[in-house]
Amino acid sequence: MGGYEHTLWTLFLPVISFVLLGLFGRKYFSKSAGLIGVFLLLLTTALSLYTAYQYFFVNGLVDGIYQKIDAFKFTWLTFSPGVSIDMGIMLDPISVMMLVVVSSVSLMVHIFSLGYMKGEERFATYYSFLGLFTFAMLGLVVSSNLFQMYMFWELVGISSYLLIGFHFQRPSAVAASKKAFIVTRFADLGFLIGILMLAFYGGSLDFNTIIQHLSAQQSSAYLAATTASFLGVTALTWGLTLVFMGGAGKSAMFPLHVWLPDAMEGPTPVSALIHAATMVVAGVYLVARLFPLYALNGASLEIVLNVGLFTALFAAIIACTQTDIKRVLAYSTMSQIGFMMFALGVSGTQGEQGLGYTASMFHLFTHAFFKSLLFLGAGAVIHFVHSNEMKDMGGLRKWMPLTHLAFLIACLAIAGIPPFAGFFSKEEILLATYNKSIWVYAIALITSGLTAFYMFRLYFSIFWRKEYNGHSHPHEGTMSMKIPLIILAVCSALVGLIPFGKFVSVGNQPLETHFHLMFSILPIIIGVAGILIALLMYKKENDRPQNMAQAFGNFYRAAKNRFYMDELYLFVTKNIIFKWVGRPSAWFDRKVVDGSMDEIANLTLETSKAIKGLQSGKVQRYAMYFFGGIAFLIILFVYILK
Amino acid sequence: MTAHQIIFYCLAALILITGLLSVTCPKVFRSAIFLLFSLIGIAGLYFWMEAEFIAAVQISVYVGGIVVIIIFSIFLTEQAGKETRSIHPVRTVFAVLAALLGMILTYLTVLNYDFVESNEAFDLNIPRIGNAMVATGEGGFSLPFEVVSILLLAAMIGCIVVAMRSSITKPDEKKLTQSITEIDEA
Amino acid sequence: MIPVSHILILSATLFFIGMYGFVTRKNLITMLMSLELMLNSVNINFVAFNKYLYPGKLDGIFFTIFIIAVAAAEAAVAISIIINLYRTHKTIDVGAATELKH
Repeated sequence: MGGYEHTLWTLFLPVISFVLLGLFGRKYFSKSAGLIGVFLLLLTTALSLYTAYQYFFVNGLVDGIYQKIDAFKFTWLTFSPGVSIDMGIMLDPISVMMLVVVSSVSLMVHIFSLGYMKGEERFATYYSFLGLFTFAMLGLVVSSNLFQMYMFWELVGISSYLLIGFHFQRPSAVAASKKAFIVTRFADLGFLIGILMLAFYGGSLDFNTIIQHLSAQQSSAYLAATTASFLGVTALTWGLTLVFMGGAGKSAMFPLHVWLPDAMEGPTPVSALIHAATMVVAGVYLVARLFPLYALNGASLEIVLNVGLFTALFAAIIACTQTDIKRVLAYSTMSQIGFMMFALGVSGTQGEQGLGYTASMFHLFTHAFFKSLLFLGAGAVIHFVHSNEMKDMGGLRKWMPLTHLAFLIACLAIAGIPPFAGFFSKEEILLATYNKSIWVYAIALITSGLTAFYMFRLYFSIFWRKEYNGHSHPHEGTMSMKIPLIILAVCSALVGLIPFGKFVSVGNQPLETHFHLMFSILPIIIGVAGILIALLMYKKENDRPQNMAQAFGNFYRAAKNRFYMDELYLFVTKNIIFKWVGRPSAWFDRKVVDGSMDEIANLTLETSKAIKGLQSGKVQRYAMYFFGGIAFLIILFVYILK
Repeated sequence: MTAHQIIFYCLAALILITGLLSVTCPKVFRSAIFLLFSLIGIAGLYFWMEAEFIAAVQISVYVGGIVVIIIFSIFLTEQAGKETRSIHPVRTVFAVLAALLGMILTYLTVLNYDFVESNEAFDLNIPRIGNAMVATGEGGFSLPFEVVSILLLAAMIGCIVVAMRSSITKPDEKKLTQSITEIDEA
Repeated sequence: MIPVSHILILSATLFFIGMYGFVTRKNLITMLMSLELMLNSVNINFVAFNKYLYPGKLDGIFFTIFIIAVAAAEAAVAISIIINLYRTHKTIDVGAATELKH
């Protein structure tokens, strides 16, 4: 099917931005880099939107099913006949949806950064990194096979590393970027092994082929994958779980989440783009991409469900206690991604049962808008207050009315108050969990209440609580900072009204989502209750928060210290791995491996020193040696060995 | 003791004494003259062994050729009157010991070996040598002959090139020594 | 009648005289002369073997002829090298040319 060749340009325009600004930016475009980046991204976004329009409304739907379209494909590396790594662009509902999300959020961040990063010394470098990231993320979502996805996955990781460590003069930024890279890299190890296992049993790297081979229950590939087992778990489950491990690393799922809060060291617009809206949902996207396999394999889907659910609750609890506003947002992001994960975990493959899948993608979609709005709003605040701490803020609503309004809309959206975007997607998730299990539903409900509470705690702490009495004079930013806030606020308010099920569903068949009014009452009440509690505690300065903290005692302290996860990791790495694995092997390497090599070298050196004298360059001495040799041979052969 | 034997021992004494003087005499030119006598003695030995052709070659090539160019080179390198630098006495002692050891070893070997002498007449006429030199069949030496011809040609050209070098390619040599010192410094 | 072993002893003695000269001399020309002595001692051996042990053959004679030819070539080349060395180093001492050693 033709007509989609232009999607290639959506990938290449950011690359142009990256190369142009990366190579020549600092010299020639140090001022205009931002405009160039924005312009190219504008084209990319326009193309993405056009693609989405064409796909969803013109010719994507054939016989009631959204087709998978290979817009572009070529064989890149052939290992053996039939096994090759392809490069391609595959369009299906979720990839087209992600195309729109990534490019539009990236555009907003590009525009916002015009004001936010102004006067930065490495302004052009920053934009070139943004271009690289956008390229990598777009490449990831349109990948037609696992290996291509893995490559873009790593590319996303490296651009995230570069952007977190953008202010490399700060030791904390360097440490954070290293941490993010190492943790995700560790997870990617699992991902790679998983890819290889799936490719081995599926006989291909191509998504469609793998799914086809492994989901037909009578096929030999499926039988091979389910009969081979390791530690009592079938190969297919291992493969899928390991792939999920990669996804969990990127999406900051417990216990691989430790890097995300630290990643907030990056410039705030970067956090909005990478660590809120796009890269961190790559794990969700990955699971969704392989969803037919997960759905067939109960054990691995169970893992997805439980990890998602636990992370959602765990992160929400921590978010209630943090005082750094970006960290609150980071934990909130983790919690929301947990929502998406467990929504996938409760989903089935057919019709109404597939609601979880649709809900997850829907939440991903709406979350991208309101969370990037929250981050950009927080960025605007931080930009003018010069602090991340809540205690330095308060009463800002008078100084920054537009930011205040946008932030409020985003908070309402994430808290699930109708008619804002988050309400609809969260409703669908809750409905899907309710159909599956009452316990999951209960936990999800508690978490969404907590969400409302901590978001409004944040909101009141920033904009109300007390009169602003800081040293700097906060004010609204430039036009370039306002526009993205306005656009995203409008989106956050309205995208929930899109009948999402008609576009994205598990079988790619349009799904009619019903809206149950009675069902929605409880979540709304809980959300409003969360908001009210936050209002009581944080609207005005009072000692209720302290009382509350005391009431919870140790639990509060543990949550405030993020349940000591960082300390646990440090303990494991320093005291166990470094001490018992690293040091002995370093010793072994130094003493035994290097030592033997050194000894061989020394031996050679000593020998050469010893026999160097023989090669004196003196002809007569050689003649004597020669004569001695012959005399020896004569004695040996004529007299001794006669 | 027949005259035949006496002649042999006289020749042997001549060869050995002049040879020894040739290698021990400190003056180069005198060494060359002693060498000349030693080579003439060897030519006499060939006559004594009825190998007249070889004796003739010996005189014409060695005495007339090699010794003459050696003497030439002594004059060219202005060594005629010079005494050669004497070496360390310890090394002289070692060299004497080594030579004696070798001699004793060889004497023992030679004296212990039972040579079966043939009673046939040794008939060495020139036409026979000439025919064998160009013959290709059994007992023919045409291939070594050709090889030696080529070797002589190569040696001739080599001599000319080596001897000419310094006058023609002096700059190159400078460069060479320069590069050598560079390597040295490195 | 002189036994062949006497001739061999003569040649062996001459050979070791040559060898003694070769290792004790410093002057290249005298070293070359010692070398000629050694070659001649070999020639004596060949002729003696041919005459006393295999009178019907010519191998020893031919070897002698070839050795003389090779010796002539060798002497010519050696002399040209010595003269060249003298030009560049102003000496013909065997230890003088040491550039390649370093």
